Amino acid sequence: MELILSKNWGAPNRSAYASLQKLFKMTPAQVIEEVKASGLRGRGGAGFSAGVKWGFIPKDTKKPIYLICNFDESEPGTFKDRAIAEKDPHMMIEGMIIAAYAIGAHTAYIYIRGEFYKQWEIVEAALKEAAAKGFLGKNILGSKFDLDIYQHRGAGAYICGEETALLSSLEGGRGYPRIKPPFPAIEGAWGCPTIVNNVETLSNLPYIINNGAAAFKKFGTEKSSGTKLISASGHINKPGVYEVEMGLPIRTFVEEYCGGVWKGRKLKGLVPGGSSFPVLTAEEAYNVNLDFESCAAAGTSLGSGGFYVMDETTCMVRMLQFTAKFYEHESCGQCTPCREGTGWVSQIVKRIEEGNGRDRDLQLLIDVSNNMMNGRTICVFADALAMPVISYVTKFRKEFEEHVRLGKCPYASTMVR
Amino acid sequence: MNFEFIPENKRKFEEYLKRYPQKKAVLLPALWLVQEQQGWISPESMEYLAKLLDLSHAYIYETVTFYTMYNKKPIGKHHIQVCNSVCCWLRGSQETVEQIKKKLNIEVGETTTDKRFHLSTVECLGSCGTAPMMQINNDYYEDLTEAKIDKILKELK
Repeated sequence: MELILSKNWGAPNRSAYASLQKLFKMTPAQVIEEVKASGLRGRGGAGFSAGVKWGFIPKDTKKPIYLICNFDESEPGTFKDRAIAEKDPHMMIEGMIIAAYAIGAHTAYIYIRGEFYKQWEIVEAALKEAAAKGFLGKNILGSKFDLDIYQHRGAGAYICGEETALLSSLEGGRGYPRIKPPFPAIEGAWGCPTIVNNVETLSNLPYIINNGAAAFKKFGTEKSSGTKLISASGHINKPGVYEVEMGLPIRTFVEEYCGGVWKGRKLKGLVPGGSSFPVLTAEEAYNVNLDFESCAAAGTSLGSGGFYVMDETTCMVRMLQFTAKFYEHESCGQCTPCREGTGWVSQIVKRIEEGNGRDRDLQLLIDVSNNMMNGRTICVFADALAMPVISYVTKFRKEFEEHVRLGKCPYASTMVR
Repeated sequence: MNFEFIPENKRKFEEYLKRYPQKKAVLLPALWLVQEQQGWISPESMEYLAKLLDLSHAYIYETVTFYTMYNKKPIGKHHIQVCNSVCCWLRGSQETVEQIKKKLNIEVGETTTDKRFHLSTVECLGSCGTAPMMQINNDYYEDLTEAKIDKILKELK
């Protein structure tokens, strides 16, 4: 398979910025149409069409337009944007130039999570190189198009990956999500039209401009074109970041890319798209493909490609306990159903795991989850815990019941690696 | 203790002001400069930034307390942050935490008496493929084993 995103990971990117010659011969409207035609969908989790998102920028705006590259990668299981920045930062920057040109932005920011200090240094050096060669700054390659890119470091809040929370943080405050509408494309950073795109989404753009939408669409499925970086972790022999063609069967991915489940053990379950989405049982997983529509049909999501695997010795109650702990810690606290709900869920699962669960706790978990989600909060963070909770409790119900009945975790002694 | 940027940071601060259409946006980058300079965000440094950015001390305090990476009190020289999120846990991060606690003879959230190490557990650091792992100050240490932890801690002394 031809690689799009990871083709330069072993050596310097010698074709970096080649697409710009072609780009500046196109009008911004043509670029938007090309990206729409490519079917490129957002790689940060939501899977929304990148070209359609760009098209929401008001045509007649007198305000400045901003582009933001979302590099706040913090979803448990996801570490693929980091790989792009470390191994081919110029592909990301080239993608940003393309996106900025398409939407008419002359200032762009990379919102990078605070913990990624080394990656910040790598990108900072790459930005300097790009500017020195005339790919950034005033009148890029004689096109009369100007663009400056700055990095903005976060400081340890997962919620800042949510695009409106990111804007609040960029503007210099608590990373609180904002009510939509207005969407950022209409009123984003400093009240101006703003597009927030994920690192991987942007990194696909050089290929699309160089080779055309049709070439890109040859990869993948009808509704999920292109390739996807899958970051694989958990109980597998070869954890890492792999570029796969959309539509690859999960079984093939686990067996051929990940080297199979570790220690010769059997698969118990896996999460294909990051901790915010429902878990799949082994039986379910091996009937699902790595693309947006197949994952959605199975009741989960390809999300950000944060793929993690649990072997047969894994306690699924503890799995949910650790998942819930994350959301309890990261809830921004603005909305009561989320602030309280994530804490309640976390406490209830903890007491079940510790052997203090009650018979009615399973239904209580489902009830609390149902009351947290579906539009009761400003953003979808609460849903991102509620959906996994319901999936673990319903799909592994027997394990939860066993914990309550025994008054202890039946796996306690086997959990150590 | 009064706070003031050293000339190098003052220069960086002035540079940051040019990057954003509004002054307030420099708050997070400025807080990073404060932390690089003195290791934590003191009340005096917030007072100082309040003047520079025309913000209230309360607003800055409110912002600082939202973000886990800004230290609200002085901590040890080496801040050890072990990822104990779900993917690291699948590969043994709880054992990693226990090993470090034992080696340094401190609990999570404590600083060693010689002020060299401070231990925290944190949520996902985006390093799930190389779990278990930890961050010490700006550096990631991945694929940890007990022998590796020994070596790292020894070299940091």
